[in-house]
Amino acid sequence: MSDTSEPARKGQDFEQTLDRSDSRVAEFDARRHSPIERVQHVLHDNPTLVPVIVLIISLIAFGLIAGGKFFSAFNLSLILQQVSIIGMLAAAQSLIIITAGIDLSVAAIMVLMSVIMGNLAVYMGVPSGIAILVGFAGGAAAGLFNGLLITKIKLPPFITTLGTWSIFYSLLLWLSGAQSIRGTDIDANAPFLKFFGSTIELGGARITLGSLLMVLIFVALWYMLNKTPWGRHVYAIGDDKEAAELSGIRTDRVLVSVYMLAGFVCAVAGWASIGRVGSISPQSFYEGNLQSITAVVIGGISLFGGRGSIMGALFGALIVGVFQSGLRMAGVDVLWQVFAIGWLIIIAVAIDQWIRRVSA
Amino acid sequence: MSDQTPIVQGRNIVKRYGHVTAIDHSDFELRQGEILAVIGDNGAGKSSIVKAICGAVTPDEGEILIEGKPVHFTSPIEAREMGIEIVYQTLALSPALSIADNMFMGREIRKEGWMGKWFHMLDKKKMEDFARDKLTELGLMTVQSISQPVETLSGGQRQGVAVARAAAFATKFIIMDEPTAALGVKESRRVLELIQDVKARGIPIILISHNMPHVFEVADRIHIHRLGKRLCTIDPKDYTMSDAVAFMTGAKEPPEQQAM
Repeated sequence: MSDTSEPARKGQDFEQTLDRSDSRVAEFDARRHSPIERVQHVLHDNPTLVPVIVLIISLIAFGLIAGGKFFSAFNLSLILQQVSIIGMLAAAQSLIIITAGIDLSVAAIMVLMSVIMGNLAVYMGVPSGIAILVGFAGGAAAGLFNGLLITKIKLPPFITTLGTWSIFYSLLLWLSGAQSIRGTDIDANAPFLKFFGSTIELGGARITLGSLLMVLIFVALWYMLNKTPWGRHVYAIGDDKEAAELSGIRTDRVLVSVYMLAGFVCAVAGWASIGRVGSISPQSFYEGNLQSITAVVIGGISLFGGRGSIMGALFGALIVGVFQSGLRMAGVDVLWQVFAIGWLIIIAVAIDQWIRRVSA
Repeated sequence: MSDQTPIVQGRNIVKRYGHVTAIDHSDFELRQGEILAVIGDNGAGKSSIVKAICGAVTPDEGEILIEGKPVHFTSPIEAREMGIEIVYQTLALSPALSIADNMFMGREIRKEGWMGKWFHMLDKKKMEDFARDKLTELGLMTVQSISQPVETLSGGQRQGVAVARAAAFATKFIIMDEPTAALGVKESRRVLELIQDVKARGIPIILISHNMPHVFEVADRIHIHRLGKRLCTIDPKDYTMSDAVAFMTGAKEPPEQQAM
């Protein structure tokens, strides 16, 4: 603190020289950036570019390695179909990771809701439509439970959802009696549950309604995140929760809505998974939680929150699908597919760290 | 309401935290069109009294009048709805979001018509135009693009965005918490000019600062806070900075409080 006995006047003595100094204060530095810095800047502004480039390169590379049959409409639509369920989980996961959270329970919510839908519609004779709506409500309720633990009891999202993952998983084992509901029983009693398994033939492509649903979910969530006030608040919370709070955003309310919406999307994925798998198996998608995080991370969404586009998660899921399909067609052992995905994750996070260090 | 009615009047405000009395029967007054500096030693409770005025803290006793009417804020959001804006020391900006997004954080404009009504679609153009106008008015529009993220701005520019946001939406008054604390000499100067600009628009300002030269330069009156209450209010033209520091630290008895 300065303790001078100077009388007040316009500016201080030591500041008088400022009149002659460079007066450009709030201007942009026009210094030339090196090409690498420029790349860093472009990627910083468009974090989704990385997965798009990786997707294009991997498509070309596997096209060259695996030959023309890789590029067939049939194979490409098959990739889309194979990633559709994990893609939907990745969409839900993205919402949460953008708020700087994480949800380890997404796949458990999904399978739990598909078991509930199946039990109601196949065994208890409830009309399929109502069973599905009950599943949707259950998904939102599971998300609400996560959200309340995180906002009201202030538990870290990682620990909260690690706990609810076990809780939901044991509930689904209990409700299903660890038994699958067979496809023939579903066909006989509630064929509507398999609605998203139906396919549209287009040229040689066999596009399932589930694949279209996945794309639709991504587009809808992209709109919500980028074109509505709610979406801006979600990003602001992930970026700096305290600043968002001080700007007048009711952060707890927004966070709870994010977890509820994610739970709802998981339940929708649960319905679609019945069509994809053809039966309802409590053992299915056990690795879905981690696979969804993989897609999100490869998609360039920062685990630290506030950065990245949800569309990145779609590309991330597709990259995983393209790698698996391409390596399989090239006759590479499954273990090397897993190996490759591992490297993809590490490289993606390293790139994210590099982009975040961007200098103005 | 006459022009003489103070914008804010706090009477006998008390706030206790357990055994600690953060505000001890303190008064507070902000007049129309002035810059009121609030100074005090660390722990004197100057931020507590200002928090009580903006709703971040609910006083245990006493009353707060805004333009002569009693108010009972329970959160800063309520104060904000009345047109009271705060520029936090941390600025409360989201670094990854654009200047326009930040200016409208929590009060976004939706498109007119069904897209806005049913699908909550943001009117980005309207928001960006407004943000650009406000920054231009305050002479800050040297930034290249209103859609660039705040993290690409310098410290002074960020402060500028935070002040512009407050100035754009404040109808009653603005509270600024240590606006020059994190800035260099030139950037501080720019922010002090900005404070004068905002005052010239007729919006009174409460300035919390430790920087005596800055306080003496811009303030019309100085509220000196000591041991949880208002010790005195002085006119910076009548006293020196060492007087102010002496009052603030208890080294010197405050002047008899005349009606000033």
